[in-house]
Amino acid sequence: MTAQPAATDDLLSMEAVDAFYGHIQALRSVTINVRRGEIVTLIGSNGAGKTTTLKTISGLVRARSGRVMFDGTDISRVDAYRLVPRGLGHAPEGRRIFSRLSVFENLQMGGFTRKRSEVNEDLARVFQLFPRLAERRAQRGGSLSGGEQQMLAIGRALMSRPKLLLLDEPSLGLSPILVQQIFSIIQEINRQGTTILLVEQNALQALNVAQRGYVLQTGRIILAESAADLAANPQVRQAYLGEI
Amino acid sequence: MTFRILRLALIAAGALVISWLLMIGLTWLGTRSESFSNVVATGTAQYFSALTIGAIYALIALGYTMVYGIIELINFAHGDVFMVGAFVAYLIFTSLGFGGAIKSIPLLIGILLLGFLVTMVVLGVLGAAIERFAYRPLRNAPRLAPLITAIGVSFILQNVVQVLISNSPVPSPQLVSLEYRFTLLGASVPLLNLLIFLVAVVLMIALQVFVGGTRLGRAMRSTAQDREAAQLMGVNINATIAITFFIGSALAGAAGLIYGLYKGNIVFNLGFDAGLKAFTAAVLGGIGNTVGAALGGFAIGFIEVAAVTTGLSRWQEALVFSVLILVLVFRPAGILGQQIGERA
Ligand SMILES: Nc1ncnc2c1ncn2[C@@H]1O[C@H](COP(=O)(O)OP(=O)(O)OP(=O)(O)O)[C@@H](O)[C@H]1O
Ligand SMILES: [Mg+2]
Repeated sequence: MTAQPAATDDLLSMEAVDAFYGHIQALRSVTINVRRGEIVTLIGSNGAGKTTTLKTISGLVRARSGRVMFDGTDISRVDAYRLVPRGLGHAPEGRRIFSRLSVFENLQMGGFTRKRSEVNEDLARVFQLFPRLAERRAQRGGSLSGGEQQMLAIGRALMSRPKLLLLDEPSLGLSPILVQQIFSIIQEINRQGTTILLVEQNALQALNVAQRGYVLQTGRIILAESAADLAANPQVRQAYLGEI
Repeated sequence: MTFRILRLALIAAGALVISWLLMIGLTWLGTRSESFSNVVATGTAQYFSALTIGAIYALIALGYTMVYGIIELINFAHGDVFMVGAFVAYLIFTSLGFGGAIKSIPLLIGILLLGFLVTMVVLGVLGAAIERFAYRPLRNAPRLAPLITAIGVSFILQNVVQVLISNSPVPSPQLVSLEYRFTLLGASVPLLNLLIFLVAVVLMIALQVFVGGTRLGRAMRSTAQDREAAQLMGVNINATIAITFFIGSALAGAAGLIYGLYKGNIVFNLGFDAGLKAFTAAVLGGIGNTVGAALGGFAIGFIEVAAVTTGLSRWQEALVFSVLILVLVFRPAGILGQQIGERA
């Protein structure tokens, strides 16, 4: 693995982060960086530590050693809820939408830290990206289909107008057509100016939209290369792209 | 939102009429030899007692259900928070020099408003402090630990009132004279009963509007559903949980004040019985559901009074809890609770 020097245009960097669940070590000296404007993907098999990496960034899991820098400051000890107004958005694994709140209320919760006047503007943007959500705005979140829930989870995270959006397996459980749609929306969000760190099982698609990628294996970064190089790497093709 | 409130209002109005007729019917069963007009008059009088007692249970039940909804804790100290409310109101009124009925209506209204305001704020702060020091440190501990702590807090509150105020019942000022009455269908009903019912209804509507339609209310509901996801929206969950305790305890404080006005005497351990009944009301209505708690509170007030009118007053407690068991057998999550499978 090649450790990149911390560049000044880094929006996010994790430096030698260790994280634990009780006595179980989930991250071992993880070092990654995401530059402004990039889409970076994190791939790896089940239990590799992808979700833990995102949770450590957004403050749900504490780094035991090492540090997490976001937008120029050390956020390793900052409470999760304080990171949202600073520009960190996290659409967590498993969607985690508020099933008993309406679609509209879910989006309002996404804009919880924004001013009321800004929320309407952001709503319009989300409804433009996901017209389906506009149609179902009065419906309970829990009554949406899986794909619609995923759209809601992404739209909700966008409502805080994040500088960096963490996406944890946004394509999980979706039909091939919807997967395509989600990936093109991810690119669209990025074009509109949001930096993205994308965790995916769907490695081929992820490497298609990302500029760079990291491969995580049992809590360690084992590869850090451009997306094109990773996609061409025989080891990656065999392990994560389903080739023999 | 408005639609939901309108529908609730219609359902509530229907329930009020039906329970009135039911109370008259039950009174007839209890006193069959009486004339029809006497039965109607007695039934109506009893109906207003049921509304008053039900309002007190309902206000207490809201605190149980809100706290359970947000941190899944059965706050056994909540009945004693209600008791402290009765004593705080007592201290406010007596220290201002009001020991009995106030003749001047504007003064009465002013003192009552002041009493409610101060009692509710003091109790809200007490509730938030209990959460901060007794429950928050145990938030990730096994379930039994905070439950035992709650029982501990319950005893501490009783003990404090017992030592600082009185070991035996004290007379609480009945600021609203029982001579103010209105006559309806032959029944002479104290205006106080109607006043208590209306105050409770206003507080409940305010709660519904707050929880259902404000930014903080949404934060509360989100925190109740998924604490981690709520944090990712930027919600400070510690503050949100503290606010939930504040509101629930403030409502219990209001109930305590009302209890003092209504009963005319209060004692340090009155929270035990009322708390248990209100907890039953919360479970009956569907724990976690605020509308259910209100409904459950009124239902229990109704059953208690109905037991008296039908001549079964010695069976009061058995009746209340038989109804609880019956409801739970058919609807394990309570009347308005989310049944398993509805959760999604
Ligand atoms: N709450 C937890 N308590 C204890 N161990 C955990 C917890 N969450 C994750 N782990 C462990 O940490 C390791 C990394 O888990 P993580 O969820 O980060 O993996 P992942 O790469 O996201 O996997 P997947 O692709 O299945 O989502 C796993 O061994 C997992 O068992
Ligand atoms: Mg994961």
